[in-house]
Amino acid sequence: MKHILSILVENEAGALSRISGLFSARGYNIESLTVAPTEDPTMSRMTIVTVGSDDVIEQITKQLNKLVEVVKVVDLTDGNHIERELMLVKVRAAGKDRDEMKRLADIFRGRVLDVTDKSYTIELTGTGEKLDAFLTAIEPGVILETVRTGASGIGRGERILKI
Amino acid sequence: MQLTGAEIVIRCLQDEGVEYVFGYPGGAVLNIYDELFKQEKVKHVLVRHEQGALHAADGYSRSSRKVGVALVTSGPGVTNAVTGIATAYMDSIPMVVLTGQVPTHAIGQDAFQECDTVGITRPCVKHNFLVKDVKDLATTIKKAFYLAATGRPGPVLVDIPKDVTQAKTDYAYPKTVSLRSYNPVTKGHAGQIRKAVQLLLEAKRPMVYSGGGVILNDASPQLTRLVRLLGFPCTNTLMGLGAFPGTDPQFTGMPGMHGTFETNMAMQNCDVLLAVGARFDDRVIGNPQHFFRADRKIIHIDIDPSSISKRVKVDVPIVGYVGEVLDEMLKLIEGSPARPDPAALKGWWGEIKEWQRRDCLRYDKSSALIKPQAVVEALYRATKGDAIITSDVGQHQMWAAQYYKFDKPRRWINSGGLGTMGFGLPAAMGVQLVNPGSTVVCVTGEASIQMCIQELSTCKQYHLPIKIVNLNNRYMGMVRQWQEFFYGNRYAESYMDALPDFVKLAEAYGHVGMKIEKPGDIEGALKEALAQTERLVFLDFITDQTENVFPMVPGGKGLTEMILAEEL
Repeated sequence: MKHILSILVENEAGALSRISGLFSARGYNIESLTVAPTEDPTMSRMTIVTVGSDDVIEQITKQLNKLVEVVKVVDLTDGNHIERELMLVKVRAAGKDRDEMKRLADIFRGRVLDVTDKSYTIELTGTGEKLDAFLTAIEPGVILETVRTGASGIGRGERILKI
Repeated sequence: MQLTGAEIVIRCLQDEGVEYVFGYPGGAVLNIYDELFKQEKVKHVLVRHEQGALHAADGYSRSSRKVGVALVTSGPGVTNAVTGIATAYMDSIPMVVLTGQVPTHAIGQDAFQECDTVGITRPCVKHNFLVKDVKDLATTIKKAFYLAATGRPGPVLVDIPKDVTQAKTDYAYPKTVSLRSYNPVTKGHAGQIRKAVQLLLEAKRPMVYSGGGVILNDASPQLTRLVRLLGFPCTNTLMGLGAFPGTDPQFTGMPGMHGTFETNMAMQNCDVLLAVGARFDDRVIGNPQHFFRADRKIIHIDIDPSSISKRVKVDVPIVGYVGEVLDEMLKLIEGSPARPDPAALKGWWGEIKEWQRRDCLRYDKSSALIKPQAVVEALYRATKGDAIITSDVGQHQMWAAQYYKFDKPRRWINSGGLGTMGFGLPAAMGVQLVNPGSTVVCVTGEASIQMCIQELSTCKQYHLPIKIVNLNNRYMGMVRQWQEFFYGNRYAESYMDALPDFVKLAEAYGHVGMKIEKPGDIEGALKEALAQTERLVFLDFITDQTENVFPMVPGGKGLTEMILAEEL
């Protein structure tokens, strides 16, 4: 099953490689990983999307907690949460496809950020599934380039990850 | 007054109460060595290869309970040390490893003797640091000692660029240090402890399985009291030997791949298993699917939450220092009139005694060749069971573990987790330094000993009267055994042609060498060697080449799927 792990980590050189190294050394999956400093510049927040059985996720959480630089780990999928990912996709948009592409972007609440006479660059946010759905909705042949940030997540309501 | 980084390193070691540093100089650490030279408080032991420095610091730590300290230079100094660091990491040994690094401006430039030390060692240290500013040096070293010794112990590395050892700053060694991201749970959960005690008191077929965590946490007195109070059978893993007295009738021998028949049967067939500071690793429980029993409850006490339910599902997990948790359990049991059902316990002991009748450690005592087991038994008698034994890795290690009865903790020092050949001799150096008057014996084989043989020279320099018991079967014995059992007797590269004359070799290094070829000479040779309390004696026992270690659970098999000597 897919899990979204939110990790507060000391904003120190090497912390990222310690975490990614743990995943490779122990054979865990990383579907996506995103990291940036928080409002407290001494701390970064990382979101890792991973897949595994409950036992594996339990081990991942324990192993992460064991790393000296990891302050806190939460499995967002344990409760209600919001997940967002940003995607930029450059598509061929010429001739009869041009209007159709714009319509499709609108349906997915995408925004066109850049235009040439042959292409659109569309910005899309949502869950990973929604972004996947957009990519399957358009013809594979028209996709020129995609870039995705990987998921960021936050708990709903009073669920707060802080020290 | 401002001090240089190099002065600060030495001051930190002094203020930390470090007695010995094991190391090897080189370009990047010259400033530190210069400061070492100017003082006498911290003594330096010069090894002959950095691997030896790490193993010596490791042996020192295992024997003294203190944090072991090693000092090596950048690049090859570090890469040579990696085996020793990984060895300590796998066995959770508290160590601080100080490494020189090229100057900060040269990092990343492929400078002479540069390597990415923090990167290379990251997966085999508890934590590591690169100090880029001399102002952070003292605090970082303090953090290293704190991290190494607390929670689940382990090696911590501090990488110090050469320019940092030259730069100056004010020195103050912090008395304490705390890290907001590091707060190991040390006190067991009271509710879980109550649950565990309840299970133990209701057990009909109990088993206590203790590991290296009991030794590391000095919890042997509590474990011994608990086992005796309850009257339960007890096993100690390879890393836990001596935690419960090896000569006690409640001790059933080691578990696992080369454990006793009775212990493995009891581990498998018990109804309540109390695991203390042990981690259910593959060499102890064999195949986890086979080990699983729905009708057996498992209580697991460990300082490391990630050790719990890693390979085996646990019913009552208790995270905390094992000593403190055992104290709590003892308090509950001693304060309650309830005791385990004596009739059930008697029946269970009856089953165990039946298994013991198999006499699984039996071997041929009438052979005209020297049996390695006989050497270990003779060593046990000659030292009255009171020596500190280090070992290398292989058959000799298993025989030492099986036949030398360890009654006290920290008397058996070996590389259990990583299984590092070459560990025994340098580890013995660290042990002998801590215990100058004690008998320290390195039980080894002719293959293992050659992996760090250069340390014989260090032993001479520091007058370390270690006794080396070389069980010389002219084979990498454990490799040969596997090849005999599982590879159709195809002894691929496990035979060493052209072995050195170990007697002459020992003499060349300034020591005493003895070669023993007849079973009748074992006792006399050991006696003679042990009487030479001022000299290192290398005893080269020419043993039966075809002897195997029994019982044996083949890799991947279930714990009770043992091969016994009689079956071949």
